[in-house]
Amino acid sequence: MTALDIAKLKRDFPILERKVNGKRLVYLDSASSAQKPLAVLNAMDECHRNYYANIHRGVYTIAEEATAAFEAARRKVAQFVNAPRAEEIIFTRNATEAINLVAYSWARANLRAGDAIVLSHMEHHSNVVPWQMLAAERGVELRWIPLAPDFRLDLSNLDALLDGARLLAISAMSNVLGTINDIRPLADAAHAHGALVLVDACQYVPHVATDVQQWDADFIAFSSHKLLGPTGIGALWSRLELLEAMPPFLGGGEMIRDVRLDGFTTNDVPWKFEAGTPAIVEAVGFGAAVDYLSALGMDAVRAHEVSLTGYALEALRDRFGESLTIYGPTGVDRRGGAVSFLFDGIHAHDVSQVLDEDAVCVRAGHHCAKPLMRQLGVPATTRASFYLYNDEADVDALVEALAKAQKFFAV
Amino acid sequence: MAGLEDLYREIILDHYRSPRNRGELPVPPAHKVEGFNPLCGDEVVLYLDVDPESDMVRDVKIAGQGCSISQASTSMMSAAVKGRPLAEVRQLIRAFKALMSIHESKLEGDGEGDGSDLAAELAGVRLGDLEALQGVVKFPVRIKCATLAWNTLQQALDETAQAQA
Repeated sequence: MTALDIAKLKRDFPILERKVNGKRLVYLDSASSAQKPLAVLNAMDECHRNYYANIHRGVYTIAEEATAAFEAARRKVAQFVNAPRAEEIIFTRNATEAINLVAYSWARANLRAGDAIVLSHMEHHSNVVPWQMLAAERGVELRWIPLAPDFRLDLSNLDALLDGARLLAISAMSNVLGTINDIRPLADAAHAHGALVLVDACQYVPHVATDVQQWDADFIAFSSHKLLGPTGIGALWSRLELLEAMPPFLGGGEMIRDVRLDGFTTNDVPWKFEAGTPAIVEAVGFGAAVDYLSALGMDAVRAHEVSLTGYALEALRDRFGESLTIYGPTGVDRRGGAVSFLFDGIHAHDVSQVLDEDAVCVRAGHHCAKPLMRQLGVPATTRASFYLYNDEADVDALVEALAKAQKFFAV
Repeated sequence: MAGLEDLYREIILDHYRSPRNRGELPVPPAHKVEGFNPLCGDEVVLYLDVDPESDMVRDVKIAGQGCSISQASTSMMSAAVKGRPLAEVRQLIRAFKALMSIHESKLEGDGEGDGSDLAAELAGVRLGDLEALQGVVKFPVRIKCATLAWNTLQQALDETAQAQA
């Protein structure tokens, strides 16, 4: 494994040359959305300029080129998460749509009143609300794995929660706490109870080498824009036999084999789930993003982020001590690079407003995880999140700007 | 470029650190209304006690939590309306909202539009300390923090009027 050369790598990201308020941009909001390297921008530009056409339709040269690029992107994404077959990757609009696909297709075909779905208190709204909608419609029961004081899942009651459950829908990495959940034992426990497993891997796939076969889950959702690719495209991975047995999700062009006045037959997987013209150029960008990450090596990306997160946790504790509370595991082990915190007596929005003066971009708010915020007993937190293009100078800039905020609002 | 001092004027920080009229009032006779800003989790709880004889705000108390702008705006609002006749309170709400939107339209570069109507709302209304909040409009995402208390007050007035009707 070759360690990342961050100074060199930063130059791959044009936006990082930008100045805001006369200051160097310090982008610490990658858990929300990541910046894009030239490799992605160029790949998308090249598609638009040279071989853009609708896919799976035309027989002319550029349509064939566009189709080949789109399907090549699917293979790249499949390989990136070690999926056994490229057809098991369904392109969706984002991870949210991937989860909704499962909720509308698999769950509505298979779950009925009295069935249970197990979620956790650290889920993003995208892995809460689709199931609440289903629960309201079908009388499905929702059960919750609680949070332990160390910001990890409290699994002491897992067997009782899984008893009679049909699905465990769980995040691989919390977007607020940074907590990494160990998926394999959770999947084994769920399967032992006859439940399927959906993993919201939106925060995990961009940062840690992912092997869907090792996880042995049944559905895995992730997005492109958090892993250096464009917005507007995400992916659902599932096992081929499951996908083949599921009814289609959205109806329209592309997802059909034949349409008559009295009905239709569906296309093969994955196209069965890709109604309408997909995000073609975005798929090309998604493919370029996983190429970029693969070339660097996900183990090197992870090693860099572990080291940087450790540096940040220590710097925050050293500088602010008890006046700053970190909501998340204190060690770097089994934790990602999202660091949520609160100053005593200073609201998260005021903190991020002051940080913006110094061009330090952090997220403030409930991070689309309101049930979790209620568990933590806070209305909002400030969150800094790191990616491969961040370095210790970025963390130092964060700490300095936070010191300014603390001084500004000193009671 | 708008600086932090435009947003966080000293009087605002003072209201944030030492909020006026914190507490609760017995319901009834007071009316209780809660206002939320779902985006950032700001929360305003307003207890409004209106004397039906004189149509005056007899007392007002506030609770809740949120950023400095939302909490300071709530505190300043409570100080501004306590002991005032309802007619003046309604005028103050219109004036404050005008203050927030006049600058909004200026920012968007359509200074002509309905700016004159808004100016009319402001004419003759003494905003006093509340003018310190006008810097907020240079930070468009924070405007809703400043207006939360006032929308909650508007709701309280409407509900009180309905209850008395």
